[in-house]
Amino acid sequence: MSATVVLAVARRAFVKTVRQPFQLFPLIFFPAILLAINASGLAAATHLPGFPTRSYLSFAIALAYVQGALFALVNAGTNLAEDLESGFFTRLALTPLSRRALLAGLLAGSGAVGVLQSAIYLLIGALAGAQLKGGLPGALLLLAFGGVASAGFAAGGVAAALLLRSGEAVQGLFPFFFVLLLLSSANLPRNLLHGWFQTVATYNPLSYLIEGFRAIYLTGFPAGPLLGGAAVVAGSWLLFGTAAVVALRRSPRAL
Amino acid sequence: MSGRWRETWQVAWAVGRRNVGSYLRRPELLLPSLVFPLIFFASFAGGLSALGHLPTFRFGAGYTTFEYGFIFCQTALSSGLFTAFSLASDLETGFARRLFLASANRQGIPLGYLLGALARAVLSIAATTAVALAAGMRVSGSPIQLAGLVALGLLLVALGFGWAAGIALRFRTVQAGPAMQTPVFLAVFLAPAYVPLHLLRGWIHAVATINPVTYYLAASRGLLIGHPQQLLAAFLLAAAGAAALWGWTAFNLRAAEAAG
Repeated sequence: MSATVVLAVARRAFVKTVRQPFQLFPLIFFPAILLAINASGLAAATHLPGFPTRSYLSFAIALAYVQGALFALVNAGTNLAEDLESGFFTRLALTPLSRRALLAGLLAGSGAVGVLQSAIYLLIGALAGAQLKGGLPGALLLLAFGGVASAGFAAGGVAAALLLRSGEAVQGLFPFFFVLLLLSSANLPRNLLHGWFQTVATYNPLSYLIEGFRAIYLTGFPAGPLLGGAAVVAGSWLLFGTAAVVALRRSPRAL
Repeated sequence: MSGRWRETWQVAWAVGRRNVGSYLRRPELLLPSLVFPLIFFASFAGGLSALGHLPTFRFGAGYTTFEYGFIFCQTALSSGLFTAFSLASDLETGFARRLFLASANRQGIPLGYLLGALARAVLSIAATTAVALAAGMRVSGSPIQLAGLVALGLLLVALGFGWAAGIALRFRTVQAGPAMQTPVFLAVFLAPAYVPLHLLRGWIHAVATINPVTYYLAASRGLLIGHPQQLLAAFLLAAAGAAALWGWTAFNLRAAEAAG
């Protein structure tokens, strides 16, 4: 697997996302507007006994990073499905590009978009007054975590595109993940959730991913939440990565 | 009824019946409209219920009832909005062009989609209401007050549809979806969605104070618990908004006719 080939595919995947306003817009606008609305609309929640901080903005900003990672799934899948529909991949079959290099390139490109969007959320948070207890090392960890999580979810988009072969069908996956996001500890910590919602949020992997990002803002580097978040990212790599590899193998017409 | 009105209603009835028929037959349209309000309700009423324990949260009927008022208004607006997506899709595929040719009175076409939106809203709101009641929503409004709530909901359907149908007729493509959706999404969430107005602070309080959706939320929550609030303002704003946006739809209908 040549690094030059991987870099070329990664560069194309990165540029394809960042130069299209309709893909870049949801990455930046939606998390930012949701953050602005929630940070103001739910600020009263910080008065609840047991709420971990007095700044709801610092608490809520983690959601933006996870939303960004979920958009990576949709964008990677949509871009690949578009290439499949347009016949671009049939032309790639004439080149010596291996399937592994293709997958590595696509994921690296999505990871780079993940780092870029994390940098934007970091900047938005800093400008809006979010307190980053992790300091500079925390900021670097947020960028890395954002990139790796985006690449992991992008593998899910790649698998979906290869299986469904339609950008529209891939986009249809977003509501499912958005529902998972709503049924998580995104808006309140788990200790303040009640009844069935607390149970669902406890079993929802996205809660742990959000709590991983959140911990860097609220406390710095606590082992528990960071390991929980890392486990979800590793799980997404394992699950979605395996699905993408299997889908690539079963997709002879793709390459 | 004059001949012109009869023609308009005939067209509207036929278009509305087709719209409702295709809505009921296509799971990809039916399921999201039933499931998403429930998900939002579960997520907000369930996930944020701790906010009801704030000492400054004053809404005697509990957080579930408080959030139902929000979901009611959101579902009504969204039903209008998503029916306009069907109009945009019909315009994009060329079906609407055939409708234009076949209709004796073209004003009946958007009116028919609006009838479809009202039917969709009734189904979505009925499903959400059943779940909310099962989840412990407390309703103490009188039958007249609840009829007022339904009337407000119907006006909100017309409001959401009027805005989005105007956009659909102007651009004649579903790619205009973000332009239809985003302003409604912003208006709904820049209101006291999660907590009462007096608990909002800073810029969002200022925006919510002048946001018409704040009045719709206050009125719907008040009617639910039998203590109407901001009723006149809510109805006036909703009726005036629906009338103005119907004008916007009619204006863009002429643009769509001119474009062929």
